[in-house]
Amino acid sequence: MTHFRRYIPVIAVAIGVIILQVVLSGTHSTYYMTQITMSAYYALVVIGLCLLMGYAGQISLGHAGFFAIGGYTTAVLTTFNLMEYRDTPLVSLCQSLGLVAQRQDIYGADILAFSPWPAFAVAILLTAIIAFMIGLPVIRLKGHYMAMASLGFGLIIYRIVLGGRIFGQADGISNVPPFKIIAGLEVNGRAAFRIESYYIAWFVVLAAMTLAINLVHSRVGRALRSIHENEEAAHSLGVNTYRYKLLVFVLSALFAAVGGVLLTHYNGSIGPSEVTVMKSVRYLVIVAVGGMANLWGALFMGVLLNFLSLRGVFGSYDDAVFAIILIAIMLLAPQGLLRLPKLRAVTSLLSRRANG
Amino acid sequence: MGNALLETKGLHRFFGGLHAVNDVSIAVSQGAIKGVIGPNGAGKTTLFNLIAGTIQPHNGEVIFRDKKITALKPHAVACRGIARTFQTTKLFSNMTVLENVMMGRHCRTRCGFISGMLNLPRTWREDKQTKEKALSILEDIGLKEHALETASNLPFGRQRLVEFARALAMEPELLLLDEPAAGLNIYETKELAKLILWIRDRGVTCLVVEHDMSLVMAICDDVVVLDQGRKIAEGPPRTVQQNPEVIRIYLGDSDA
Repeated sequence: MTHFRRYIPVIAVAIGVIILQVVLSGTHSTYYMTQITMSAYYALVVIGLCLLMGYAGQISLGHAGFFAIGGYTTAVLTTFNLMEYRDTPLVSLCQSLGLVAQRQDIYGADILAFSPWPAFAVAILLTAIIAFMIGLPVIRLKGHYMAMASLGFGLIIYRIVLGGRIFGQADGISNVPPFKIIAGLEVNGRAAFRIESYYIAWFVVLAAMTLAINLVHSRVGRALRSIHENEEAAHSLGVNTYRYKLLVFVLSALFAAVGGVLLTHYNGSIGPSEVTVMKSVRYLVIVAVGGMANLWGALFMGVLLNFLSLRGVFGSYDDAVFAIILIAIMLLAPQGLLRLPKLRAVTSLLSRRANG
Repeated sequence: MGNALLETKGLHRFFGGLHAVNDVSIAVSQGAIKGVIGPNGAGKTTLFNLIAGTIQPHNGEVIFRDKKITALKPHAVACRGIARTFQTTKLFSNMTVLENVMMGRHCRTRCGFISGMLNLPRTWREDKQTKEKALSILEDIGLKEHALETASNLPFGRQRLVEFARALAMEPELLLLDEPAAGLNIYETKELAKLILWIRDRGVTCLVVEHDMSLVMAICDDVVVLDQGRKIAEGPPRTVQQNPEVIRIYLGDSDA
């Protein structure tokens, strides 16, 4: 069962997640879980970006944009009050289909808005369409040019979010309701749901990891790596390089959007700070520190660095720390931190299994 | 020799003011080894790139198995059964030898993003077949014991063999070999000649661009000579060798 071996790290991480929960609950420090849960959602962006950058070799400096498209779409749909439109045919149709639901906001006012599931579906669909449209021209560019074009995309999303009244401008959108996944299971930022939300986040992350690992070991994964290594040769073997690059671009955008949607429901809000260029740079830094074509490295670093950042360890030097890490990595360990000789013994055991 | 498997009709290609390929029409018979020779800059590699779809001709057409393949993208040309090797070996250097050869099966396999991500049973089955096929080709070519080595760790001559194995994994009808003997010593070249003959005997038609005259004379059924983008001679090696025009471009004018 060589296929099974690649899932050993997934199981190991799952066990680690459970142990961590038990330890944190036992020591009455479950407040750490809030940041771990948030970091897990950010790590989703990093996993997607790792597929795009590490495996297919395409740079994106606009992934915070896709995160934001996911997050803002769900935020707008689940908070925009449809009360005054309740008698229009479209809204009443949605209501009879169960797509919109009535609730009370924190001040007790009645709100009629889309439920999280349809909002999630719209967010994913919208991200896929936008990523596809952006990807069509951008994917044709190579190296620095693609980086700059995707940077431009990120800036455009930032300005739209900052200027659009519907997006709450500089304040962002708050009062986003919790995401009831099924009855009794919800992504909710309140302390009472801490453990539940923690497990949901890790379930999503490990599911995403499993999909990503399967992909990189498949025919498509080989084709993506071959494009990274030698595009001309890949093309000559029948790989439709443009199509593959476009699809992996859309896929990685979807990973980011899922992270955006779930984190927005968890936090109950989203703001323009999620869309800044520095956020995109941060995701890129994490993939680089993790070792580019190393999904586990990206996940580990994604959770660790975001956790430290969210805990405020870097203080007001937050963005500077990520920039310094990027420079240091490029100079000292371009293969990523986890491939440094001293750490290699530890990681090679894991990666050998993962590649099995 | 049977019908023409591949035909080019009046191909033209310019690079700025340079007429790199000028009205070249050639025909490659099914099951033959055809050589393309000529001095540096004669347009041999350009001709190859025109056939493989890497660059587009400004005029003329390429016909493969009685169908026009002009202006198709390289991946589409590849999937119709034309494999190629490169003048400078282009392996996927960080992938293993086996993975390189498995890449040759790309057109012959189907699994896409979704079935890849879900790792469905048909994905395993297909992957297993791909692996077996690649291993059997590596065995044929004598590289099976290197299957799990990283491609860039092999010596140069072996890397070229891996490129051959990768092309063969495509099960092509036509194999385009761009200077396969470049950088090989005489022993390796001799082995290469055997290998090309063996490939032909498996039913793969070969079109070879080559500088090494002894190799061309030894293996080719038919040779076309290019000079400054034009075809100046075509025929069996012995005849072409005696063509005064060919002697002139290779050795210079007698009164020069």
